[in-house]
Amino acid sequence: MRRIYFDHGGTTKPRAEVVKAMKPFFSEKFGNPSSLHSFGREAAEALEHSRNVFAKLLGCSADEIYFTSGGSESNNLAIKGLAFAREKKHIITTPIEHHCIVDAVGWLKERGYKITELPVDKYGLVDPRDVEKAITGDTLLVSVMFANNEVGTVEPIEEIARICTKHNVPFHTDAVQAFTKVPIDVRKLGVDMLSLSAHKIYGPKGVGLLYVRKGISLEPLMHGGGQERGLRSGTENVPGIVGFARAAELACKEMRPEMKRQARLRDKLIAGMLKVPNTWLNGHPAKRLPNNVNVGFAFIEGESLILHLDGKGIAASTGSACSSKSLEPSHVLLAMGQKHEEAHGSLRVTIGRETTGAEVKYFLNELPKIVSKLRQISPFKREYG
Amino acid sequence: MNYSKKVMEHFRNPRNYGRIENPDGLGKVGNPVCGDVMWLYIKVKGGKISNVKFETFGCAAAIATSSMITELAKGKTIARALALSRDNILKELGGLPPIKVHCSMLAIDALHAAIYDYLSKKKLPIPAELEQEHTKLEKERAGKK
Repeated sequence: MRRIYFDHGGTTKPRAEVVKAMKPFFSEKFGNPSSLHSFGREAAEALEHSRNVFAKLLGCSADEIYFTSGGSESNNLAIKGLAFAREKKHIITTPIEHHCIVDAVGWLKERGYKITELPVDKYGLVDPRDVEKAITGDTLLVSVMFANNEVGTVEPIEEIARICTKHNVPFHTDAVQAFTKVPIDVRKLGVDMLSLSAHKIYGPKGVGLLYVRKGISLEPLMHGGGQERGLRSGTENVPGIVGFARAAELACKEMRPEMKRQARLRDKLIAGMLKVPNTWLNGHPAKRLPNNVNVGFAFIEGESLILHLDGKGIAASTGSACSSKSLEPSHVLLAMGQKHEEAHGSLRVTIGRETTGAEVKYFLNELPKIVSKLRQISPFKREYG
Repeated sequence: MNYSKKVMEHFRNPRNYGRIENPDGLGKVGNPVCGDVMWLYIKVKGGKISNVKFETFGCAAAIATSSMITELAKGKTIARALALSRDNILKELGGLPPIKVHCSMLAIDALHAAIYDYLSKKKLPIPAELEQEHTKLEKERAGKK
């Protein structure tokens, strides 16, 4: 059966070039970067080369890059690492962050921290003026994601950073979804901390990084051998880091034309999906990641939709409660003001570098049949006409 | 999360979906807020459930359990239909993931609600247990509103 991968927001397929770059570090170049001998040096060189790659891509210096096990660890390190390093007890964030931020901040709240959740509009956009209003003398940190993983809305990061700089409050952004899709230069943006993950950009799973501007000091969450300049102990994931750097290099080089291409396919998908009656677009129509489509379907439930699509070889995702472990629908859609029953019917399609026009066409041909089949079974179709 | 083959088969090809015009009994259970709503229609002839259909808004487990309850209830006397339990559904479907087991309860609730509706419309005696269940469901429904 034909298989179509429309879940690049979940994870991506490592590129052949990435796998090739990693391979020697699983076998002959197996050294520990902390060792003094030639085996160790070989690994240390690869590690530092990778660090330099990111310094160049992000516009910072190499000693501001800290490799981690992925986006979740980077986000936890930024928030808890700063909280443990300073006295202040007020954190400003949004209700649409990834769970690793929501839960890390919630954990601090249980321990006496005061949390301000910024409001978002119906598109999931934060208003920078609300950030300014929320800042107090006790504000430890502002953390606002660069682009939302579910609905693709891109936040006004530069404006928020300017406000934080003005008030001398550290600003962290989770750029896991935005990286390689929108240009990111940490100095130009003026952010103090930024989280990235490898497996969302055609790199391996289990590796990510945190950019920390010089002058910001964090407490480590992991103690031990003092790797990553004492901030993150544990022998470095050398093959993963090498693959991460290679993936980032390639994706940044190709970003402009590739994101233009994906945006065209995205717009085709949105237009085609909205042709189905009783549907709506989730997220911002323009301030949106070039690979993200999120559409709500009235009267039906997302897990059923996903499984029928899977039956046709199409892999997508949903914000429905029924597909989650908690039985709660997407906190992002609820924060954007949607009703539970609306959030249940959301379908997220995230395309990637191998997505073709033919795949989009096949999907747009299969989708309406599945939706109408599920609506036939649904008791609500008549109530709404 | 993995569904059994039988669940997927009923989900993909649900039996007896749709509505019955002028049903003898109609059970409406669930709540759109939670993401599961089942409507179950029954026709009764000579004390037996002669026809049964469902309409469901919900996940694969909700659709599969709806489909299965119609198969189990069809042709049964009211008394035997009332004796059906969640375990009968789970057994026939080859189990459900733990977080989805509540869907099988919803299917039983829908069948009981349809039978209650039938018995009360026909002014037939309602078993005490069914009456209790009905009161409980009504209370839950009022609570959610």
